[in-house]
Amino acid sequence: MSASPDLSAMSARQLRDAVASGGISAREIAEAAYARAESLDTEVHAFLQLTPELAFAAAEKVDRARAAGEELPPLAGVPAGIKDNMNLVGTRTTCGSRILHNHESVYDCTAVRRLLAAGALPIGKCNLDEFAFGSSTENSAFGPTRNPWNLERVPGGSSGGSAACVAAGMASVSLGSDTGGSIRQPAALTGTVGLKPTYGRVSRYGVVAFGSSLDQIGPFGKTVDDVALALEAIAGADPFDATSSPEPVARYAAAPGEGVRGLRVGVVRGMLETEGLAPAIRAAVRDAAETLAGLGAEVGDVELPSARHGLAAYYIIGPAEASSNLARFDGIRYGHRCEDPADVIDLYMRSRAEGFGQESIRRIMLGTYALSAGYYDAYYGQAQKARTRIIEDFRAAFSRFDVLLTPTTPETAFRFGAKVADPYSMYLNDVYTIPVNLAGNCAVSVPAGLDPAGLPIGIQLIGDHFAEATLLRAAAAFEAAVAFAPVPPLVRSLGTPKGGE
Amino acid sequence: MAITESDVRHVALLARLALTDGQVATLTAEIGAVLGHIEELQHLDLAGVEPTAHPLAMTNVMRADVVRPCLPRALALKNAPASDGRAFVIPAIAGVGEEA
Repeated sequence: MSASPDLSAMSARQLRDAVASGGISAREIAEAAYARAESLDTEVHAFLQLTPELAFAAAEKVDRARAAGEELPPLAGVPAGIKDNMNLVGTRTTCGSRILHNHESVYDCTAVRRLLAAGALPIGKCNLDEFAFGSSTENSAFGPTRNPWNLERVPGGSSGGSAACVAAGMASVSLGSDTGGSIRQPAALTGTVGLKPTYGRVSRYGVVAFGSSLDQIGPFGKTVDDVALALEAIAGADPFDATSSPEPVARYAAAPGEGVRGLRVGVVRGMLETEGLAPAIRAAVRDAAETLAGLGAEVGDVELPSARHGLAAYYIIGPAEASSNLARFDGIRYGHRCEDPADVIDLYMRSRAEGFGQESIRRIMLGTYALSAGYYDAYYGQAQKARTRIIEDFRAAFSRFDVLLTPTTPETAFRFGAKVADPYSMYLNDVYTIPVNLAGNCAVSVPAGLDPAGLPIGIQLIGDHFAEATLLRAAAAFEAAVAFAPVPPLVRSLGTPKGGE
Repeated sequence: MAITESDVRHVALLARLALTDGQVATLTAEIGAVLGHIEELQHLDLAGVEPTAHPLAMTNVMRADVVRPCLPRALALKNAPASDGRAFVIPAIAGVGEEA
């Protein structure tokens, strides 16, 4: 006789505990997630594909384990979204691209497999900018995702669907991937928590590669605690990914409760002085510094002098790696093949030109140019040296501080089409997040409040390599102090769900 | 180092992309603009700085040389645009001209 669970009101941990105590079944949670998706997703378009067969099978497994008196895993019955660049058998994995529009997964991504092994229910595959190239989901070949806070505005990207499904309460956690900000930027724009782990913390086996020296998979959630739970489930070494780290997985899920007394927090001053930073976001970062100081953290100033070259270095290194990784889409082994190729070169050239969207072509061309004979040293070589300088800056900063504080984005959610005509204006959205990928550190965006237009603001906390537990501690303390539990108006308008049978 | 349409056509061939004349013109302008924005890198004095290919100090990762199961052929061919059930089917390669 239980009421239908409100996925916006309950955290992943609360849902799991309610399932474990018998107050609610995993099946009811899956039903609530799909009911919410039915109400909202025609407008939001967070999902490219719903996967009820997989979700209800997973729910049944959880409910049977509960009935048998077994101890339930940490995400038992938690509804989850999965970015559609991660493979899961029984789903298509399209990467938001025409070139893979009917691609069926033939193996499982390790991070997805681990999330599901922890009892999560796979609700669907989430929309993204094609191959994760973008900051708005406008580059998806299957239409953009809309921000649940304001349907006229973008949810950020590239993991915009993963962010929007959590913001709209269609899932409690989701997986995204972050190469230059693709988890943290949409988290900031949708009022969700999004964490990019340290490079190597989470296996990349089964996520379609973009920039191999930069990519990481990470979780979204409504709360820091939920993100910690999901991170603990997916982190750790994997024999199928040689870049995954053997560093032991800490008890991330226990970290949030520890407080910040004595924690050294460095405010990156240069990033508050950048042109184009919205005043409300600058104020939110200053307030966050005061909040953390009030909780007993030792707050000081720090500079990352080379980080201002991060965007330039990234727009060489990222496209260069992407152009190499996307060479695998050749119309031979999978993906779109053109009609009546004259020969194999014609097959490659037309299949790729027909299959890839505009931004993918732009990045492939930029990367191929930067790596081509005569330009390699001037562009790629120089960018890799600038990267060394950025890493040295972070190392120096973390010799003095435990956590760094910056804005996540220069502005809140922008309107559709606002940045399409000038690709570089879109790239600027990731100016604060990109240096973290170049240096391989971990970072999280946490909601800090709303701007005067009623749109969410995120602050970014950055941690040292493999210091996710410290990062989560700071994030949770901040979250508790601001006591801002963001629920979009679209979701509030649905009202309280009616009781079930 | 202004990029020209002829550079863009050359790079498109390297990248195996059959671009239209319109795309070549647009990309010449767009890539030129992005290169203009990132030109700052050319002015940095980075002589003697070691380039970074990977952000963590990881040494080579080796595994035991043992046979383990791999993707079965039927699954490897599942998404192929053309296959004969045993292999990928492609147009003839021998005799096809390469770029200079």
